[in-house]
Amino acid sequence: MSMEAYLLLVIGMGLATYLPRLLPLVCLADRRLPRWLTEWLDLVPAAILGALIAPSLFTAGTPRALVLGSPELLAAIPTFAVALRSRSLGWTVVTGMALYWLIRSILS
Amino acid sequence: MVGAGASTSAIILTTFVVNLRHLLMSSALAVHFPGVRRLFLAFFAYGITDESFALNSARFREGGWDRWRALTVNQVTNATWVVSTVAGVYAGSLIPAGAFGIDFALPAMFIALMVFQFRERLHVVTAVIAGGLSVLLSLRLEGNGHIILASLAAATLGLALKAVRQRRSS
Repeated sequence: MSMEAYLLLVIGMGLATYLPRLLPLVCLADRRLPRWLTEWLDLVPAAILGALIAPSLFTAGTPRALVLGSPELLAAIPTFAVALRSRSLGWTVVTGMALYWLIRSILS
Repeated sequence: MVGAGASTSAIILTTFVVNLRHLLMSSALAVHFPGVRRLFLAFFAYGITDESFALNSARFREGGWDRWRALTVNQVTNATWVVSTVAGVYAGSLIPAGAFGIDFALPAMFIALMVFQFRERLHVVTAVIAGGLSVLLSLRLEGNGHIILASLAAATLGLALKAVRQRRSS
């Protein structure tokens, strides 16, 4: 790849990551959105996080296959309880890591 | 992809698709920035990531949060990421693979961030629907497409559930 083509690629990738973040903010911030849309957007954070997490707990491999009872899933259940009770990011991460470590060492 | 000889346009398109969920995140955050200057939005947009988005939307929802704090979260997390990436390249080999359950740090963090979004039962239901759909779609689709598709569908289904419930109670 020539230097010029490489530069073009980096700029293109930069725009492809930046514009999806910028344009909705600029276009929507000043507008009064209809109520159904704000209610829909209110559900988006929970939806994205659910969609991000679940496959890492219930699937494995490439191509992905359904796996039940992985160490990730076994550790996730008590971690979830800790997050609900403590409402603390730090506690959840520390106990989650410890639980995962423990579960892996028991299973292996 | 560069190593595999993929074309420039294919790489840029892939980058765009992988980042498509940030389109949704940026839209969801927009309601918290009425009448804010474009320059501010330009700086803020630069730091929108899965993590900063989850944290900021939870904080905005709880109240007592403002755009300057949100901007600080975005820029500090981004700077930390850059520094940590460089540190990881040089010092990563010092940490034995799988030590201290480090592989579970990210999933545990996302679990906590998800719990922070649960204000009403509808948020829990929406997250469960999104998780189920995401798992099913991820078995069929390669890459990251399942995340955005499942999120869009789950938020829409959640809204539909809310409408049905309101109609019943009225």
